[in-house]
Amino acid sequence: MPYTVTVSGITKSFGGRFVLDHVDLAIETGSVLALLGPNGAGKTTLVRILATLIRPDAGTAAVAGHDLLADPAGVRRSISLTGQHAAVDDKLTGQENLEMMARLLHLPRRAVRDRAAGLLATFGLEEVRHRRVGTYSGGMKRRLDLAISMIERPELVFLDEPTTGLDPRSREQVWGTVRDLADDGVTILLTTQYLEEADHLADTIAMLDHGQVVARGTADQLKSNIGTEVVRLQFGDRECYDCALGQLEPVHAEPRLHILEVASNGSAAHVRELLSHLEAAGAPALKVSIRRPSLDDVFLSLTAAQAATKELAR
Amino acid sequence: MSLAYALSDARVMVTRSTRRSLRDPGAFFTALMLPIILMLLFVYVFGGALNTGGKYADYVVPGLIVLCAGFGAGTTAVAVATDMTNGIVDRFRSMPIASSSILIGHIVASLARNLIATTLVLAVGLAVGWRPTALPARWIAAAGMIVLFILALSWLAAAVGLLARSAEAANSFTVVLMFIPYVSTAFVPARTLPAPLRLIAQHQPFTPIVETMRGLWMGHTSTGAGTGHEAWIAIACCAAILAIAVTSASWLFRHRTSA
Repeated sequence: MPYTVTVSGITKSFGGRFVLDHVDLAIETGSVLALLGPNGAGKTTLVRILATLIRPDAGTAAVAGHDLLADPAGVRRSISLTGQHAAVDDKLTGQENLEMMARLLHLPRRAVRDRAAGLLATFGLEEVRHRRVGTYSGGMKRRLDLAISMIERPELVFLDEPTTGLDPRSREQVWGTVRDLADDGVTILLTTQYLEEADHLADTIAMLDHGQVVARGTADQLKSNIGTEVVRLQFGDRECYDCALGQLEPVHAEPRLHILEVASNGSAAHVRELLSHLEAAGAPALKVSIRRPSLDDVFLSLTAAQAATKELAR
Repeated sequence: MSLAYALSDARVMVTRSTRRSLRDPGAFFTALMLPIILMLLFVYVFGGALNTGGKYADYVVPGLIVLCAGFGAGTTAVAVATDMTNGIVDRFRSMPIASSSILIGHIVASLARNLIATTLVLAVGLAVGWRPTALPARWIAAAGMIVLFILALSWLAAAVGLLARSAEAANSFTVVLMFIPYVSTAFVPARTLPAPLRLIAQHQPFTPIVETMRGLWMGHTSTGAGTGHEAWIAIACCAAILAIAVTSASWLFRHRTSA
């Protein structure tokens, strides 16, 4: 299987603090990889390194067949970067932005106009092409940003938190655009804080925490680590809570409120089994609710597992 | 990277920076009003009380040119600082383009803005009674001095803009640059200043720059030194500022954006 990106042992620290700690990663050509993690996990730093904006302290990477350190110009020719804040010029119109970028990519004079017009149509920006970008909605700006990324069909597109700060409607639009790109066979590296977004768009998800890849796999594989649902159980008193705690492996606990949360597949059978098991153990639950697992749950379970491993190793 | 590409990149960036200037009506209006208001203020309000050994309009024109250029440099510093906080520079840098073109775009736009303001100072000056005695050759020399001065100041502003962490911080550069000319021979002759200030005025770069223009247009300087003597010092000062500013701006551009 050919890879568009291979990363090995990339390390970067700022001011003595590891932001990336020996990160290994590979992205298959034509696939979408979501780099999932909380703020400060190192997602953006990794993207900036792979986009040649900053140099790693150690490690190597190849992007579209070009070595990151030996041939940054080759990397730059093969990629396009869409950052957390739409990298567009607010004082220029949508069309001026596209034409400026097309000229900077040294397209022939005629092709500049045609390409800009074509992209404005594809990304649904034709009506606003003569308006200054400063007056665009968040979603329109991101779409213009993506349109710019597509001027010269790059081998690899970086999307750094493409929907952060967008309203739900705009987010849907951006997702649609990203899916179109992916269907077109463009390799995409996407960073996000939202499990839902990774779920919607990615073929593979790599979870980054404190500068390390803590898990990777398809969305289904990752979710099977935690279960597809979380059952939230509230107990009547501390005694029942403590008793239940001995019986279960909770993903989250709130002792003060006598609440335990456990992973579940969400089926009636599993919930029924869980409740009768607790009742038999003398710790009947007072209240039950079921919710979708959040990114927090996946992280808490992963970091809890890591902490437990370290404990055992001692 | 071929030269043709580098030139084409620079041209695109110049177009961008120029458009941005034109589309900031507030700053543009201020830049155009400033020469007019300052000229009227200095000639009609202060001028009558100042004794410079002749008509004050004849004295003050070079001073107002450097004052307006100081304001213009502030605008440039803010434009560069604003760009640096915007994701667009990261995008430019991740593209296969000559990174110098971004700064060149700012510098050319800055030159254009400032030369418009300078022309306005000259026009308003002529309207309020400035009567230069210079022949065409001296006018050309004066124009050369102005271009060199504004070029040096623009690069200095770009370096400050890169150094500043925000547009607000860059803006304070305007304030500094608009005060320095007051402690030079821009508005009053050095001999009228108290000794400590006179010492500063006689040894800071604005004085020879202002005196060169004054000497070229009016035939005599306010310091008594020859125009040629002042011109060499002015050129040396501008060249030094230019060398330091270009070097540090290029260095800062490479390093600031990678943080």
